[in-house]
Formats: sequence, structure tokens, C-alpha cells
Amino acid sequence: MIQGTFLTPNTIDEAVKFFSSSEGSVKLLAGGTDLLVQIRNGFTKPDKIIDIKNIRELQEIIDNGNGSFTVGAAVSGASLAEHNKFGKNWPGVLEALRLIGSEQIQGRASLGGNLCNASPAGDSVPALIASGALAKVHGPNGIRSIPVEKINLGPGKTNLQKGEIVTQFDFPDREPSSSDSYLRMIPRTEMDIAVVGCAVNISMDGDKCIDARIALGAVAPTALLVDQAAKIIIGSKLEDDVLNEAAKACQNACKPIDDKRGTITYRKKVSGVLFKRAIQIAKERALKV
Amino acid sequence: MSKIHVTTKINGEETEYLCQPYDTMLDVLRNQLNLTGSKEVCSSGDCGACSVTLNNRLVCSCLMLAAEAEGKEINTIEGMTKNGNFHILQKKFLEHAALQCGICTPGMLVAAKSLLDKNPSPTETEIRFWLAGNLCRCTGYDKIVRAVQAASDEMKEKA
Repeated sequence: MIQGTFLTPNTIDEAVKFFSSSEGSVKLLAGGTDLLVQIRNGFTKPDKIIDIKNIRELQEIIDNGNGSFTVGAAVSGASLAEHNKFGKNWPGVLEALRLIGSEQIQGRASLGGNLCNASPAGDSVPALIASGALAKVHGPNGIRSIPVEKINLGPGKTNLQKGEIVTQFDFPDREPSSSDSYLRMIPRTEMDIAVVGCAVNISMDGDKCIDARIALGAVAPTALLVDQAAKIIIGSKLEDDVLNEAAKACQNACKPIDDKRGTITYRKKVSGVLFKRAIQIAKERALKV
Repeated sequence: MSKIHVTTKINGEETEYLCQPYDTMLDVLRNQLNLTGSKEVCSSGDCGACSVTLNNRLVCSCLMLAAEAEGKEINTIEGMTKNGNFHILQKKFLEHAALQCGICTPGMLVAAKSLLDKNPSPTETEIRFWLAGNLCRCTGYDKIVRAVQAASDEMKEKA
């Protein structure tokens, strides 16, 4: 079905060919939980829709051993949750993805869609960034692997070139005693958009933190990797004063907006609070691994 | 714009239809196939009134394009009654008065069945989380939760 306005490629090459050679506005359809709402609202009116869910690589979950996984960009939250090992190795990534919407949404929503929709508040994005995952991007000029934090440029904007598709996420090897966590602040208990999200991924050696990646969501035009906070805690025993200093670094990294869900002052304050809570969870998980 | 020809299975029956690229599964179910049990309420995936299963996965049919159903299996509320007999969940919804206006009910039933198919003994918390994507403005949810618990108990007894 090369002609027509709804395309269902079965291979990455075919999808890239359709996507790069199409005239007019073209949208990729993964779970569609954002795209269909945008079409419905008249926010976008694509001339062509390319459904990428029939491509094997985009639906696979591959266990590479040592805690490393390759996860297809269109794998749904419900499918990833059913994998017997992924959530043990990357509980923070899984809990972040699973926070998005209801079970109905989970039947379709994917990591790739959440990233490429480029909302500053996408819950799985900080967790992907903290994990150190690389996004595999196929395009007309070949394949490139990009750290997740480099994909989004601002609300609704990515730095993907014409014809480029995020196909898979490569999660790195897991060091011993390492784990991750994600917390978000919303005004209600469930099913809302993050006011602040914080993901922490740490490796411990006894009570000493030997590696860390910290990411914040919903506090800037894109999710942020907060290196300053990670530098403060690496090498420490995560004592209170160290965590307070790192929490300040998180607050300073925020460039939030004032909106109906939260003020600038509130979002900054909460980012520090969530960081301190998330790191306790990640640490407890890491020490159990 | 040329129409898209789709061959799919709905409630176990081979079904064919023609649709436009922007038509949602819900549009086709209600307007072409006369399966009006699935309701259109929010059209944005918040309310769950349009819940169906797609290859046994619970989804909102308002957030799915009709063209995506090609080669897949869809189950709707219309498939829940077998040979004129109510499903245990339907009976328990009636016994427990788990509905008032009824608009959310088809979605609630489809979602609840999907939960019990996956997890025959859900806790109350699990039921409440699973049904969090189905909004009801009448019942206050409690009777719905009780009905699902009662259905789960009875299905286990019979199993």
C-alpha cells in the first residue's frame, strides 16, 4: 500500500522511505494516544499517517544480559510491564511509563511516542534520560544512536531530521547494586500531568554512591539531565547535607513556567523534595539488587 | 481521498468495512457497523466509555484509527452476552445496582472483564486502579467495585 494516506510499513527501511519521501505533513502513528487527540482537536491535520506498529523491531523487548535491554519504541506500557525481567532491572523507567494515563492508555502508549511527542511533562522521558538509554534513530542517511536527552528541543520540537524515526531504546548494562526510580507531583492521586517529575538512577558500593544520573521533567522546555546534582552525590554516602546541596542544584537547574498546575516557586521547591524522595527509593532498590 | 478497505474480526466474526484515514474505530463501530454499545463521551481517552479490546488488550476505541484494525481482533460490549445469556459481570452489575444512567456501563463492563481475564482475583485496590480510566458520574464507583468483586468470587466458584 504505497499510495494512499494511511501507510502500514512492515520494515524500518520501508517506513523510512515512506517518511522521507512523503510530501506535505506526515505523522508517525505509534500508540496514537497523543496524535489522535491532536487530530481530533484540529491541532494537526496530517496528509499522511504512517503506522509503525507492524514493524518487528519497534515491538520487540530484547534482553541483552547484564541488565541491558533493547526496547522497541512502540512497545506499549502494558506489554513492557508484562516482561518478566525488564521491570526488575529498570523499575524507575517502568514506573514512569506506567504512570501515564489509564489501563486503556497503557494498552497503546509507548516510550517512543512519549519522547517524540516532546511534551516537557512526559513522564517516561526523565526516567529514560536518567537510565542513560540511547535512542536508535533510523533515517534516510543511515542509523545513529543519540542520548535521549539530546532528542527534544522544546515543547513539540525534536531535533530529528526529515525521515528520521526513533526505532529502539538501548538500555546500558546494569552495574551491581544499581537501580532507578521516578516520582512525579500531581495535584490528584492518579491520571494527571506532572507538575514536576524526578528520575534518579544510581549505583552503590556498600553505602557509597559511585555513579548517578538525575533528571527532572516539567520544569523546563524539555526534560533536563542535572549533572550538577549528580556530581555532588557521586562519591558521597548520601548524607543529609549532601542531599540538601544536590536538591539545591536541582532547584537551580529548573526553568519552569507559571501555569494552572503550579507556580515557578512551587515547581522549584518540589523538584528538590522529589529528588530527595526519589534517591531514597533508588538507593533502597539498589542495595537489594 | 480513497477509502481504506479493512478486514478484521469483531466479536469473533469476520468483518469488512471501508473507512477514511481519520475515522476512529469508535466512528466505524457506531456509525457503520451499528455497534452502538461503545459510547462516545470525551473523545480524548479520559473517560473509558468507548473501551474495547484490541487483540485482548484494553484500549479506547476513540484513540484508535479504524484502519489499524486490519488483521486484528476487536471485542466490544456486544460480544459479552453469549447465546442470549448475560456474562456474570453483567448479572452482578444488575444485582448490585452498579449503574444509574448507564452511559459508562458498557466501558466499565469491557474494562472489568479485561481485568478478570488477566487477574481472576483482584484486590479492591487493583480493581479501583484498573477502572480508574472509566469515569462514572452517577454511582460513586463503590457499587461498581462491589459488583466486580462479586463477579470475581462467583467466577472462581464455578471454575
